[in-house]
Amino acid sequence: MRENENQAVQSEHAAFPWKQVFGLLLSLALTFLALWVVLGLSLSVHATLTIIIGLAILQALIQLFMFMHFTEGTEPVHQIIGIAFGLFVTAMVVVLTLWILYYAI
Amino acid sequence: MMDSFIHFLLHRFFVTGDPMIYGADASIALASIGIVVVVTYLKKWKWLWKEWLTSVDHKKIGIMYIIAALLMLFRGGVDALMMRTQLALPNMHFLTSEHYNQVFTTHGTIMIIFVAMPFIFGLMNIAVPLQIGARDVAFPFLNALSFWLFFFGAMLFNISFVIGGSPDAGWSSYAPYAELSMNPGVGQNYYLVGVQIAGIGSLASGINFLVTILKMRAPGMTLFKMPMFTWSILITSVIIIFAFPAFTVALALMSIDRLFGAHFFTIASGGSPMLWANLFWFWGHPEVYIVLLPVFGVFSEVIATFSHKTLFGYAVMVWSMVAISIIGFVTWLHHFFTMGNTAEVNAFFSISTAIIAIPTGVKIFNWLFTMNKGRIEFSTAMLWALAFIPNFTIGGVTGVMLALAPADYQYHNSYFLVAHFHSVLIAGPVFGIFCGLYYWWPKMFGYMLNERQGKLAFWVFMISFNICFMPMYIVGLLGMTRRMYTYPAGMGWTPFNFIETIGAFGMGAGFLIIAYNIVWSTLKGKRDTTGDPWNGRTLEWSIPSPAPEYNFATIPTVSARDAFAVAKTQEDQENKKERQLFQPIHMPNNSGIPIIMSLFMFIAGFGLVWEWYWMVIPGAIGIVVCMIVRSFQYNDHHIISIEEIERTERAAGRLS
Ligand code: HEM
Ligand SMILES: [Cu+2]
Repeated sequence: MRENENQAVQSEHAAFPWKQVFGLLLSLALTFLALWVVLGLSLSVHATLTIIIGLAILQALIQLFMFMHFTEGTEPVHQIIGIAFGLFVTAMVVVLTLWILYYAI
Repeated sequence: MMDSFIHFLLHRFFVTGDPMIYGADASIALASIGIVVVVTYLKKWKWLWKEWLTSVDHKKIGIMYIIAALLMLFRGGVDALMMRTQLALPNMHFLTSEHYNQVFTTHGTIMIIFVAMPFIFGLMNIAVPLQIGARDVAFPFLNALSFWLFFFGAMLFNISFVIGGSPDAGWSSYAPYAELSMNPGVGQNYYLVGVQIAGIGSLASGINFLVTILKMRAPGMTLFKMPMFTWSILITSVIIIFAFPAFTVALALMSIDRLFGAHFFTIASGGSPMLWANLFWFWGHPEVYIVLLPVFGVFSEVIATFSHKTLFGYAVMVWSMVAISIIGFVTWLHHFFTMGNTAEVNAFFSISTAIIAIPTGVKIFNWLFTMNKGRIEFSTAMLWALAFIPNFTIGGVTGVMLALAPADYQYHNSYFLVAHFHSVLIAGPVFGIFCGLYYWWPKMFGYMLNERQGKLAFWVFMISFNICFMPMYIVGLLGMTRRMYTYPAGMGWTPFNFIETIGAFGMGAGFLIIAYNIVWSTLKGKRDTTGDPWNGRTLEWSIPSPAPEYNFATIPTVSARDAFAVAKTQEDQENKKERQLFQPIHMPNNSGIPIIMSLFMFIAGFGLVWEWYWMVIPGAIGIVVCMIVRSFQYNDHHIISIEEIERTERAAGRLS
């Protein structure tokens, strides 16, 4: 363990965080786009679902790369465990929920 | 115009017509005026603002969490006594059915979200940084924000009973009853918005403590050298991070249903009421582990300390918590076996629930083996830990009974269930919190809680707990269902209910003795001059009580588990005094933004509850402005000089 790890995480006051600002605007745009697809267009249920799921995946990638320092970690083990557990929980909630609700009377 | 405004105030805004509510109005008004008068008289406003309300110090935030949780425990406890009074005898008219529904709803929500959670956050704030040899948490500002979000969320939820009316759909708020068509009015909105605001704070705390524990341990403290309480918080943080988002989404969807006319959880337009139950319990089951694992950590510390032995089976303890955290995400359906699922679905969740009992049982044996051949010291903290084992085991065994889906058709929503979840929730989190308070109190405040009064409170509370809840198992099997506001005579339930009510008031008495103990000890309690009153094993006992602002004058180097116990056997403390070489310490600055931003959240939230968008908009703008102001604050820390460290350490007797 290095010495400096024992400090509270310091904020870096380097350059203007263009990446984050851009990511925020992009997230907002995608969110409102999804809302508009549902409320403003009257597509078939299937088409609507396909589009908003696509937008959701895009949104998740933006979060990972623009805010969550996905590519710059120093401790890959934590990253991998975190991502794996995240995938596990997401898979469980989606798959089991579908299983439960599909057959419920 | 004026007439309709007054009509609104008297008929919708203020809750009127019930003498108990008027009593509550009067006592709230008196208490508020009293606080303002006392603080003004003592000229303490500035002190309060500078030292507490704007503090980002984890120790002070922890204390504020605990004070708030104690107040909420009082409120939740009064709710409980009101219910037990109503049920003491058949056909009572103390509460109407409507009022009874509101009381069990607020009781349940407050006890889980505004009592158990803040107590846990309080204990982890106080102990985790000290146990890992850190000077604060990773994100001190965020930590303060978490606290104030919890606080204002709790306030928003709590004012419902005098302004607008309380929610009445149960703490699980099942759709469709909780939806607009069956539940008009603002009560349910208070639940949705208040819990949402507090939940954002909880999620932030989970992230904060995960990063703190991963990144800020003292040199040499590898993960498998961490104290067990810290381990439990690490795992709890992971569960918080993965469970809370589901609840956040569920609350948001129901809010959209109620406020904007959507149909996520109503049958109309293809919504699914069952989806609410599903999402609620997807968070709800992990939530019980969020409040349970930390107290497992507390018991591990306390049992090891007062058995004067190292914890038995450290690695097994860790891996069983890891197993619980994983399996805990796939058991949630056991809360609605009877909702019409297929046999395969019920079988799957029945088995997963039974499996999760195994690691829990393993931990029980580890605590027993820790005590085996130990020199057990019966302090108050240890008594709570010892009582936890048999009482919690009863709850665990009845939990396994409930987990058997076919049998659950009998037990479901009966008093048997009520007895079960109180066995686990009280013997677990509540005993654990009291245990942790008695144990860490000297570290928090620098004085001890009186042991004799503490033991009296323990016995009164623990015995009353059993008097209150044991008969519930029986009366549940006799057919009494949960959430009944009254019952007829001649069912054979009366004697059991009467005994339960006696037990409930006994628990109230136990709580009052604890409150008395705190007040008495504050005035006359023994000072803790050594910083190590219990002959502790972990790093928090190596520094003075109460801990100085910067916690550790020099960051310790760790070479083994039970770092402080090892250090005490190895080196002469006197030598250490000579060797200390100080360096200036960076500490984060206090900030008023967390409390102000949370106040804006409260304002926006209150507007949402009443659908007053003229109020929501300024609140929301305030929140964004606070974020922007914070983003441009560059000067956010100060430096403690070597002279000041020396002065502080000398005053604590750590420097000759
Ligand atoms: C801290 C520990 C625990 C807490 C706080 C807790 C809390 C609760 C609560 C609040 C309910 C009521 C659900 C409702 O509103 O209808 C419940 C039900 C249930 N609990 Fe627990 N529980 C805990 C531990 C356990 C354990 C260890 C097991 C089994 C191994 C278990 C199995 C169940 C089952 C199967 C039900 C569903 C019963 C029914 O709805 O009929 N619980 N629990
Ligand atoms: Cu559960």
